[in-house]
Amino acid sequence: MVVELFLDLRSQPCRALFIFAKKNNIPFEFKHVELLKGQHLSEEFGKVNVLKKVPALKDGAFTLAESTAILLYLSRKFNTPDHWYPSDLQKRARVDEYLSWQHTTIREKGCKIFITKVLVPLVVGQPFSPEKLEEAVEELNSALKQFEEKFLQDKPFIVGNEISLADLVAIVELMQPVGCGCDIFENRPKLVEWRSRVEEAVGKELFQQAHEIMLNVKNMSTTQLPPELREHLKQLLKP
Amino acid sequence: MGLELYLDLLSQPCRAVYIFAKKNNIPFEFKHVELFKGQQYREEFGKVNILKKVPALKDGVFTLAESTAILLYLSRKYNTPDHWYPSDTQKRARVDEYLSWHHTNIRSNAGKALWIKVLIPLFTGQTLPPEKLQEVMDELAISLKQFEEKFLQDKPFIVGSEISLADLMAIVELMQPIGVGCDIFEDRPKLSEWRNRVEEAVGKELFQEAHELILNIKELSNIQIDPQLKEHLAPVLRKMMK
Repeated sequence: MVVELFLDLRSQPCRALFIFAKKNNIPFEFKHVELLKGQHLSEEFGKVNVLKKVPALKDGAFTLAESTAILLYLSRKFNTPDHWYPSDLQKRARVDEYLSWQHTTIREKGCKIFITKVLVPLVVGQPFSPEKLEEAVEELNSALKQFEEKFLQDKPFIVGNEISLADLVAIVELMQPVGCGCDIFENRPKLVEWRSRVEEAVGKELFQQAHEIMLNVKNMSTTQLPPELREHLKQLLKP
Repeated sequence: MGLELYLDLLSQPCRAVYIFAKKNNIPFEFKHVELFKGQQYREEFGKVNILKKVPALKDGVFTLAESTAILLYLSRKYNTPDHWYPSDTQKRARVDEYLSWHHTNIRSNAGKALWIKVLIPLFTGQTLPPEKLQEVMDELAISLKQFEEKFLQDKPFIVGSEISLADLMAIVELMQPIGVGCDIFEDRPKLSEWRNRVEEAVGKELFQEAHELILNIKELSNIQIDPQLKEHLAPVLRKMMK
């Protein structure tokens, strides 16, 4: 029985996993959990992940949530090339450091832009709030400053000369605002160069494939959300 | 030059690092970074951690931020007992899973009671309405429910029969509201039993020692707050008070 990955490529951590598995030729079954149809709230999916979130993994009887955990699990089980999660103690610590920091900074603020600009309007049926968007962009700007100063610095990749899980997890998050029309790479040449290197290291075709849905997110504005999902999101997105 | 750990035991992740190092007899120099005195904003500390946060580690020229990264680094460098971060792939994945989920659930919610009840009044002179505290405790209750249902279930510890880094990171967060009189273990017998097991596994004396400051936080209500610190925190405070 092959590993099952429960994914929706609209989700940033799902893209990291998709790219990692494909890049490393890890055989898996793509189990599509369509977030806009509320499929993550189904009882069936709840048996795979009681937290009702994607991504999730099922490997025989073993189920696992949280993209960081899944990425590390796959890297170990399938013995992926060292650079993804270097065995060198200090380099590995740098990956851990980024993976930890990013939850409440790059990930949170990148999500906030998507939520403010795309999701909330979809749920409440009103145009997005420019003030809230500006606030979200400001917050991401602060996080990006720290990203460049602390994590990237003058190195090709976060850890050094080679791409690692840290870069992968970072890039998919930063593509989310891009998909919403907020080009956070504009006026950030260092970041642009890093992005090019990451795309190159992943493989441009695979990178494009993973990001296709997200880069066409404008199509989401006409989506009809199922009522159960709309209610669920209303609760979740309370200010 | 030996290992230096930059800590303030008022901070939950600092306590996790402190307990882990002490429990495993890892020799280190305790570098006190007094948060109330704004010492995290000093230029000198900025050279250790440019993010200006505790905990931070300095090992020769190598510096490291983020408690998860520090705990993993120490566990590898000092070859600590397997149960902290099991070599079994699936058990290890369970620790990773918790450590990841922790950031935006237990960690993001557990600390708020301290801010609402003690820190905001201390820094701004204003008390917040009781609804604010209720709101925060309700959010924490949701995280605690998920913690019990998904992560703990009917096991002695998160991974199974032995304590791991996951339990350690969780317990130090859940002690934060206790310090301000919000006993989240009351009416939660399963959680309470887990807490006892964790304290036992860590060692009661070490556990008490690590938590002395936070459990006596009310004594700090009369201290002088560094004005530069107030300035740094102004935007955070404004946001929390909305």
